[in-house]
Amino acid sequence: MVYLRLFLEFFKVGLFALGGGLAALPFLQDLITKYSWMTSKELLNMIAISESTPGAIGINTATFIGFNTGGIPGGIIATAGLAAPSIIIITIIAHYFKKFNQHPLVESAFSGIRPAVAGLIASAAFELAQGGILNLQYLQLNKKLINFFDYKSLLLLLIVFTAVRKFKKHPIIYITVSALIGIIFKF
Amino acid sequence: MLPIIKRELVDNLNWITEKDIYNYYAIGQSTPGIIAVNTATMTGYSLKGIKGALAATTGFIMPSLIIITLIASFFKRFQQIDLFQHAFAAIQIAVVALIIDIVIKMWQKSDKTRASLLIFLIAFLLLVIFKISPVFVILGSAAAGIIIQYLRGNLETAYYDYQNKDQGSDK
Repeated sequence: MVYLRLFLEFFKVGLFALGGGLAALPFLQDLITKYSWMTSKELLNMIAISESTPGAIGINTATFIGFNTGGIPGGIIATAGLAAPSIIIITIIAHYFKKFNQHPLVESAFSGIRPAVAGLIASAAFELAQGGILNLQYLQLNKKLINFFDYKSLLLLLIVFTAVRKFKKHPIIYITVSALIGIIFKF
Repeated sequence: MLPIIKRELVDNLNWITEKDIYNYYAIGQSTPGIIAVNTATMTGYSLKGIKGALAATTGFIMPSLIIITLIASFFKRFQQIDLFQHAFAAIQIAVVALIIDIVIKMWQKSDKTRASLLIFLIAFLLLVIFKISPVFVILGSAAAGIIIQYLRGNLETAYYDYQNKDQGSDK
């Protein structure tokens, strides 16, 4: 039953995505490899669309995957699954445990969770980059380092990364400029 | 997101105070789930209980549902166009660069100790090499954080401060 699976899997993402930012990304990456609901490239497209439209990335991706897998009901069910743990947990905390975030056990747990989430997101970025920039499958076939990198993509990665670090503008600017570069230089 | 909540709920509607928002956001950051959803749920709950939480969260996810459903229903057709494919091939690379930037920012916000670096590397390698589920990494890192703070003796002092603060706020 695809609807039940969508709900349960996104419920799990909502339950364990901790630490903010792109915390949901490693879980989404894990999901799409498990069920092939989406390719790595589609997930990257999804992040780009989420960065350029209103709404949280996790919610947008849940709606997108849900819609592609089960139409409009699929989109609604996946999104509801993602939001459900928040509603349950927040309601309990707001009622019984207002200073939850200041509790020593929570604070010390987060001293471990924060760097782990950064590591998880880094690994998701690495997996997602394998398709486009690092041609790992070529390396295994040819054993030649010359094919290891797609040089045009690697150059663009370095340029965008330097620009992001230097100018600190809204992501939509880098996405738009890259789209134009992609069209002009036929990526 | 916080400036918009402040403008609407504090300045225009007078439903909550600015201090409330930062409090809700802080709790939203340390509870599971999407932070924006947590903050919306928290705000709704504090105003009207469970009904308020449901209403606020439904309201918050509605624009995503509508906009993304519209985009998703056109996306497959656009993917056939050459121009579109070239644009998105480059966009995918830009997104990887943006994610790396986010990882660096997250690292800078952590306490940057040797233990943190070790946790970062272990989490990265467990996923890349052993492909284990991120669920276990989250649970393991939470336990590691508690054990490390306990061994450093920070947990005991934090408990003492926490309980004293608790009594102080009752008066």
